Amino acid sequence: MTAISMGANKIKNRRPANSVISALPWIGPAILLILLVVVWPAIELIRISLTKITSAGSLEGFNGLGNYRLLFENPDLKTIAIRTVTWVLSVVFLTVIISLPLAQLINQNFPGRKFVRWAMIVPWAASVVMTSIIWKWMLELTSGEFNLTLRQLGLQNGQPVDWLRDPRYSFFVLIWVAVFVSIPFTTFVILAGLQSIPHDIIEAAQVDGAGSWQVYRGIKFPLLRNSLLIATIINLINVFNSFPIIWALTRGGPGYNTDTTTTFAYKMAFVEYNMGPSTALGVINFGFIMLIVLIYLRVTKATRDQA
Amino acid sequence: MKKDKVKFVWTPKKAATAISAYMVGLFFIYPYINMLLTSLKPHGELYANPTTRLPKSWNFSNYLDVWSKAPIADFLTASVVVSVCATLLVLIVSVPAAYYVARNRFKGRAAFLLLVLATQMFSPTALIIGIFREVKFFGLLDTWPALIVVNAGFNLAFAVWLLSGFFASVPVEIEEAAMVDGCTRFQALRRIVLPVTLPGLVTAVIFTFVATWNEFTVALTVISSPARQPISTGITTFVGQYDVAWEYLFTTTAIAIVPVVILFISIEKYLVGGLTAGSVK
Repeated sequence: MTAISMGANKIKNRRPANSVISALPWIGPAILLILLVVVWPAIELIRISLTKITSAGSLEGFNGLGNYRLLFENPDLKTIAIRTVTWVLSVVFLTVIISLPLAQLINQNFPGRKFVRWAMIVPWAASVVMTSIIWKWMLELTSGEFNLTLRQLGLQNGQPVDWLRDPRYSFFVLIWVAVFVSIPFTTFVILAGLQSIPHDIIEAAQVDGAGSWQVYRGIKFPLLRNSLLIATIINLINVFNSFPIIWALTRGGPGYNTDTTTTFAYKMAFVEYNMGPSTALGVINFGFIMLIVLIYLRVTKATRDQA
Repeated sequence: MKKDKVKFVWTPKKAATAISAYMVGLFFIYPYINMLLTSLKPHGELYANPTTRLPKSWNFSNYLDVWSKAPIADFLTASVVVSVCATLLVLIVSVPAAYYVARNRFKGRAAFLLLVLATQMFSPTALIIGIFREVKFFGLLDTWPALIVVNAGFNLAFAVWLLSGFFASVPVEIEEAAMVDGCTRFQALRRIVLPVTLPGLVTAVIFTFVATWNEFTVALTVISSPARQPISTGITTFVGQYDVAWEYLFTTTAIAIVPVVILFISIEKYLVGGLTAGSVK
């Protein structure tokens, strides 16, 4: 292991810095693919948001901020924006809060640990839209697992609850499913953080008489800072972008009752063919993600420099 | 690793830990067990009153009948073709980039890595209108090549970061020795470095394959012909206006989920490293 890392360090000193031109045959295709798939659509999105566009998608000249004005005149926007903030913050908060003890749990030594970890990978590996559809079935009015269990435990008498169609519950159900699919990734990132803590530090603290809670609070938790930060930021972006869960479960409905800015932009563009304001919202969504990405790059640069 | 070999002694506290862990595992896998059980029920049992968890008659024939209920074979073909091609494209593009970045310093290296890292953070969802218009511009609406290129683009970052880490861990001396013996740099890469970095390559391959297999938003937007849809959007075929054929829907999702879960579990060790590359070390 030491020989390998020494080798890796040596090359940095051995070869002089090359020009970009000599690098292009190697990294050029990657740059091209990124330009084509990520940069082009981003520029196109911004361009269209400043253009008058018909519902059929044909362009009719520069429109200034007309599309943005139309968007902000939409009476539903404010509620949807507030719901989006609620959605992102509650899903990410719940995910991280639940994943912390779960990571600690599956880091313990017990028989069958491998299988528990495998079980926890399943929601991460399975298609999110398929998982959402399974939850749709489990939350079904009469035969769903959820109401069935409530009935059998005697917690639900009389009318069963229609979790997805009842406006009092549907948004919470979406949050629940989003937390369910976000926990596995988050738990594994925190688990990796826990595993990277050197054993001797923990043993030293135990020798000094620290209890397991003290060890966790005083040593492990502070050392998990980076993992937590990364997991939180990646989750922020994923949950903000989360389209399949809402689309599969409620389509943002009834009406716009469970829409976030992400599904609302999609709905305007591809269901209502209201392209103009949709592109404006698309640019705002994109800007928000860009902002989180910049924060992420900053944070990770700090950790990279430490390493 | 060594710690696992020590004989496990049960104590009440350890038993409590183990039991809570088993319950957590069961909780996360339960919806999929429910899916499998429902996929084996006859249609009449779905809404039976009272409902039962286990099927009363185990209709394994659902797994045969489903192929004639919807164009499952077409969906699977689309998913396999798109996922395999996207994976190949990612490999072709990421291996040289990752190798060069690991072995050389050059002007713009940091900028390139930053660009790659930034793309990893974007999902196609945010850019979907732009993607739709670009695909239309190239006349590729309702085609697989559009899905292949878009999926490859968004999964490139994972492969580049993961592989550059693997390449950097191969001592340059081995490679140089091969070159002294008459190998070209490309031959040295192919014969010496790639075999050593095989775990990284396998991880990149499986990750891209599974991510493309599960991709939903782009497929939903770009593909309109039912017969060209991949499985991720094709399953909506079973959701009718008034009735959902849950038993066939879940037969299909089971066929789609089980293989990728097995693939994903096989790369468990490297997943976190690739996803948080450049940050958690």
